[in-house]
Amino acid sequence: MSDRPAPLEYNRLWPMRLWLAGVFFFLYSPLITLIAFSFNDSKRNIVWRGFTLDYYRKLFNNDELMLAFANSLTIALVTTILSLVLGALAAIMLWRFRFPLKGVIEGTLSLPIVVPEICMGVAMLLFFSRVVPWPHDLPWPLSLGAIIIAHVSFCFPFVAMVVRARLASFNKEQEEAARDLGASDWQAFRDVLVPHMKPALIAGALLSFTLSLDDFVITFFTSGPNTVTFPVKVYSMVRFSVTPEVNAASTMLIVLTVALMALMMLGQRKSNSS
Amino acid sequence: MDQLAQRTQDAAAHKPIISFRNIVKRFGSMTAVDNVSLDIMPGEFFALLGPSGCGKTTLLRMLAGFEVPTEGSVLIDGQDMGETPPNKRPVNMVFQSYAVFPHMNVADNVAYGLKIDGLPKDEIKARVQEALDLVQLGPLAARKPDQLSGGQRQRVALARALIKRPKVLLLDEPLSALDAKLREAMRFELSQLQQKVGITFIMVTHDQDEALAIASRIAVMHKGAIAQLGTPSDLYEFPASRFVADFIGSVNMFEGTLIKDGADEAVIACPDLAPYSVHLPHSAPGSAGASVWVAIRPEKLNLHKNASEPPAVPDCPPAHNVARGEIKEISYLGDSSIFHVQLSSGQLLRVSRPNRSRYEQEHFGWGDTVWVSWAGSSPVVLLS
Ligand SMILES: Nc1ncnc2c1ncn2[C@@H]1O[C@H](COP(=O)(O)OP(=O)(O)OP(=O)(O)O)[C@@H](O)[C@H]1O
Ligand SMILES: [Mg+2]
Repeated sequence: MSDRPAPLEYNRLWPMRLWLAGVFFFLYSPLITLIAFSFNDSKRNIVWRGFTLDYYRKLFNNDELMLAFANSLTIALVTTILSLVLGALAAIMLWRFRFPLKGVIEGTLSLPIVVPEICMGVAMLLFFSRVVPWPHDLPWPLSLGAIIIAHVSFCFPFVAMVVRARLASFNKEQEEAARDLGASDWQAFRDVLVPHMKPALIAGALLSFTLSLDDFVITFFTSGPNTVTFPVKVYSMVRFSVTPEVNAASTMLIVLTVALMALMMLGQRKSNSS
Repeated sequence: MDQLAQRTQDAAAHKPIISFRNIVKRFGSMTAVDNVSLDIMPGEFFALLGPSGCGKTTLLRMLAGFEVPTEGSVLIDGQDMGETPPNKRPVNMVFQSYAVFPHMNVADNVAYGLKIDGLPKDEIKARVQEALDLVQLGPLAARKPDQLSGGQRQRVALARALIKRPKVLLLDEPLSALDAKLREAMRFELSQLQQKVGITFIMVTHDQDEALAIASRIAVMHKGAIAQLGTPSDLYEFPASRFVADFIGSVNMFEGTLIKDGADEAVIACPDLAPYSVHLPHSAPGSAGASVWVAIRPEKLNLHKNASEPPAVPDCPPAHNVARGEIKEISYLGDSSIFHVQLSSGQLLRVSRPNRSRYEQEHFGWGDTVWVSWAGSSPVVLLS
């Protein structure tokens, strides 16, 4: 038996393996370092002094950081729900109906995705200070309104795109079959179209959630003194010094995001197999 | 005559379950259905047959309520449907793609219509069981549609529509997604099913074999209008136009002139058959001098070995209903063979002969010169 690689077994050629190793190294070593040093028993970040969970303890006692974390989660949750509804409705409208200026609307829908984030941020800043001033002294969840609106504006196009792609594979006869069997328009939508869109809705929801949770640039321009989010807070901590506490905070964010991604993939697989 | 009297009586006895009255349907400037009027009686297995794009599906969808006629009205059981939405009509449809709901298992698919109607749980359960048994899907109730074969998915679609006990079941090309063997089996099952449930079936198809095999009555459609309406044998043996003769089965067609039209005899001269003519033992439509078409089915033609004299045809003057030509091609189909005979005028005749015995007593080979003959009652004379 010969042990020569088959024509398409690129992964068994040594240059390829070297390349792969390099890619993995540059991708993951910074992250691994970040996580490892969050357990470092040292005030400064340079030398390994031993294992400790002190910084996590400190993290949870840091009220400002915890508030920022709560803000971020609330914003992400509300953004996700609003983006799902808006994005799915936009996708359905573009898929089902023919109307004047449809192409224009379809094009402008993806504008928030392609416009540089910094421009979006500045635009939002101007919008919320000049055009529709959002009072910063509202009671807690309402004070987050400006950030939520800003987040929805760049999250819902992602939902719309994913849902639109999914709808392309919908067999319209299924909806007609439901109508034929006695379902009203709304019942047919609920029983046939929504189940078909489900994988796209799951993907869109997690996409919105993580995008909103991670966002720094746009949030930076729209947040006020009482509405700091987690990434913005971490940034302000880093400005003084990169302490293991910052590492710990970042690690938390990474873990949360990865867990959500895993959840999404599981959800996808389940709805694919059913 | 008896048959006709019987049918008139039947028509008087029941009201039509479906009436199309002067239906016109336009999409923009395109006329998809052009002034169709049609009555369908309860218990019929009715087929809408026609080439692609002739408006069959559109007609069916107007019945189901997915399209609204531009002009005219659709009556179901005597009631004008107007713009009644699909969910309020007493008809159900089996879609061409079957449109089985992929996220529900077989039983939930079948139960869907009853759940929407809000029937009690145990009644739904009993009726689902009954419907699944009817289409022999009982053991597969818990399966998801992607674990079913094409034929099984079709049964799910059938059970799902029949469980609503519609007055009329609509089927859009129900067999076109199946392979040839299964299609034959399902033809038989469909007509068995229809007899069992006693519901009027209306089927759309572009497959003439299918329509002939299962339908009790067929409307042949052409460019949005009904070209002919009748039983399968009416359409096959007495086509009303060249389109129908050609669309249903295969046919040999000659253009000719009616040169003699008596009460019990007619003669038609066809340039393609010259020097011989066509003789009919009955009168022909049109008057002497009219230009007509003569249509003869391939299985009604006989082949004879070459001889100097044309073969004698019973009850027919000599040198009529015969033609001489050369066999240009033989298609062996197993149960029969098709001989393509080229006449001296260049026209090709298709002659079909059943392969009754395994050893041919009379052998006809490529390039043989042969005589072709037919009985006087075989040709159909068409004016259009
Ligand atoms: N929604 C529509 N908009 C515009 N034109 C349509 C629409 N539906 C059907 N048509 C046109 O109407 C004509 C008849 O269509 P229909 O689907 O009834 O044909 P059909 O007889 O069912 O053909 P096939 O055997 O190919 O299914 C076609 O020319 C088709 O292009
Ligand atoms: Mg069709």
